[in-house]
Amino acid sequence: MNSVTFASPSRIAPKSTDLPRTTSHLWAARLAGALAAYLGLGLALVIVGIPTYWVIIGALKTNREIYTVPSTWWPPNPAWSNFPAAWAAAPFTRMYLNSITVTLVSTTLKLVNATFCAYAFAYLQVPGRNLIFMFILGALMIPEEVTVLPNYLTVASLGYVNSVTGLILPTIGSAFGTFFLRQHFLSLPREVIEAARVDGAGHLQILWHVVLPLSRPVLATLILLTAVARWNDFLWPLVVTSKDTMRTLPVGIFFLFTQEGTTEWGVVLAGTIIVIAPIIALFIVVQRHLVEGIASGAVKG
Amino acid sequence: MQAVRVPRPATVPSRSATPAWSRDLLVFLAFITPNVVSLCVFSYWPMLRNLWLSFTYWDMIAPEPLWIGLDNWIEVLTSATFWTVLRNTLVFTVGSVVITIMIALGLSLLLNQKRRGRNLVRAAMFAPAILPGSAIALVWTFLLAPYYGLISQGATALGMPMTRWQNDPFWAMPTVILVVIWKSTGYDAVIFLAGLQGIPRELYEAARVDGANAWQRFVNVTVPGLSPVAFFLTVTSILSSFQAFDVIRVMTGGGPVYATTTLIYQVYSEAFVGFNAGRAATYATILFGLMLAITVVQIRMVEKRVTYE
Repeated sequence: MNSVTFASPSRIAPKSTDLPRTTSHLWAARLAGALAAYLGLGLALVIVGIPTYWVIIGALKTNREIYTVPSTWWPPNPAWSNFPAAWAAAPFTRMYLNSITVTLVSTTLKLVNATFCAYAFAYLQVPGRNLIFMFILGALMIPEEVTVLPNYLTVASLGYVNSVTGLILPTIGSAFGTFFLRQHFLSLPREVIEAARVDGAGHLQILWHVVLPLSRPVLATLILLTAVARWNDFLWPLVVTSKDTMRTLPVGIFFLFTQEGTTEWGVVLAGTIIVIAPIIALFIVVQRHLVEGIASGAVKG
Repeated sequence: MQAVRVPRPATVPSRSATPAWSRDLLVFLAFITPNVVSLCVFSYWPMLRNLWLSFTYWDMIAPEPLWIGLDNWIEVLTSATFWTVLRNTLVFTVGSVVITIMIALGLSLLLNQKRRGRNLVRAAMFAPAILPGSAIALVWTFLLAPYYGLISQGATALGMPMTRWQNDPFWAMPTVILVVIWKSTGYDAVIFLAGLQGIPRELYEAARVDGANAWQRFVNVTVPGLSPVAFFLTVTSILSSFQAFDVIRVMTGGGPVYATTTLIYQVYSEAFVGFNAGRAATYATILFGLMLAITVVQIRMVEKRVTYE
């Protein structure tokens, strides 16, 4: 640091003689930089925005409008009827309930598993602890996709195909969450936890009254990440359900598409919006927290 | 019994002599058991079962799998399908990961400047990452539809011949890759952005004072500062691209004729379309081996970095 501050006056001094020319150069360079930056940001916005816009107006077009070339950029008579038609073409009420139930229960159980487990690994001194922790971390290397067939066989043998239990069961173990929370628990001030121990608090009390209140932002990030992953899950719900009424939304709109095909795009797009809209609404609310939580988690981890 | 009880009062002060962990052991077991059991039943046991099933033939209807030794492995590794699928997986992974990371890096550099509207762009770019892949696949199927799709209309206006993007043996894979890039770039950019903001400002000041121009500052400060994040993103993106399923299922169904069938897709179609549990398990084991190898390389490289520093 010192060397930098020492070096600076001597290096800047000779340059200051041709200051006017440099500043005009600098000004032009700044302008070019700003133009390029706004061009890039604008392009990014267009690349995301146009498909989104196109789907929204597509959902409001009649069949005739959709298949007419060149397309209109604004439907003259918005066909709102596509939405009730979509709602009638697939059991959306049921699929919403399934998605909500699966996401809530699965996220809760996974988080409870992760919290207790992380607490045990962070605060309880037990011989062989690290070995068991490695065992849990090892599960990180086994993605759900690879286990889909054996898990299907397990769930089928338990009689849980086409049930909410079957949708939830294989997703409740937590390797990432345990690791993520343990890292955070270890960063909490030990004195606070020691003080609670000295006051005679049991582990459950410490967890509930000391550790969890100190972990709210981290828990919120983990809950969001887990819930988004569960809500969007595709392969497992596709495999473990065969009845329309047991599908979750991401699988449900796929079947709406295979059923209506490319001849009823208005209905399919309306269905897609029915699925996407609540996520976007939630995203707008939690956007800041989610984006920053993910970013800090990734960079620290 | 009594002999044990009598000295009890005397041992009260030595409570610390009985190791603290014996009291904590029960709590520890109670706290970890639900998670450990879940992971054993739904992560570890399935991997063992995959390995075992890979030595059997089973249509999942017969009461028992039939032991056939190495037949599945020989059949799979000598089949043209396997090599096609493996090549597709590599093309898909390299294509989607490399391009996503390049665009995300550029975007994060733009988002790191104090420009008006950058929060809007950041949020808009990030949004596709949290939407269901199946919904995004439908959006793009509509955009790419021949004749009336927006992209096809644009291509026609530019004088390109009409293409059935998803059903074209050449275009199907680039199309799927493009959709995955569209979905994941914002996520990678946000992580790059966090990495950029973690580079100490003094380093830039120091470089500027030493007379480094913008490009030199990028090469000598930004690139080394970002390399841990870039490494993290590369590895996690490779692993998640191996698992990409929903976009392929909805857009191409692995076709046309295996053109977009990746390893994970092949596991799915052998198991739940072809009902050949043994072959599906063989593919699943190969996929797992590949992912394990990448993870091990990652751990090795991280260790190396740590020891060198």
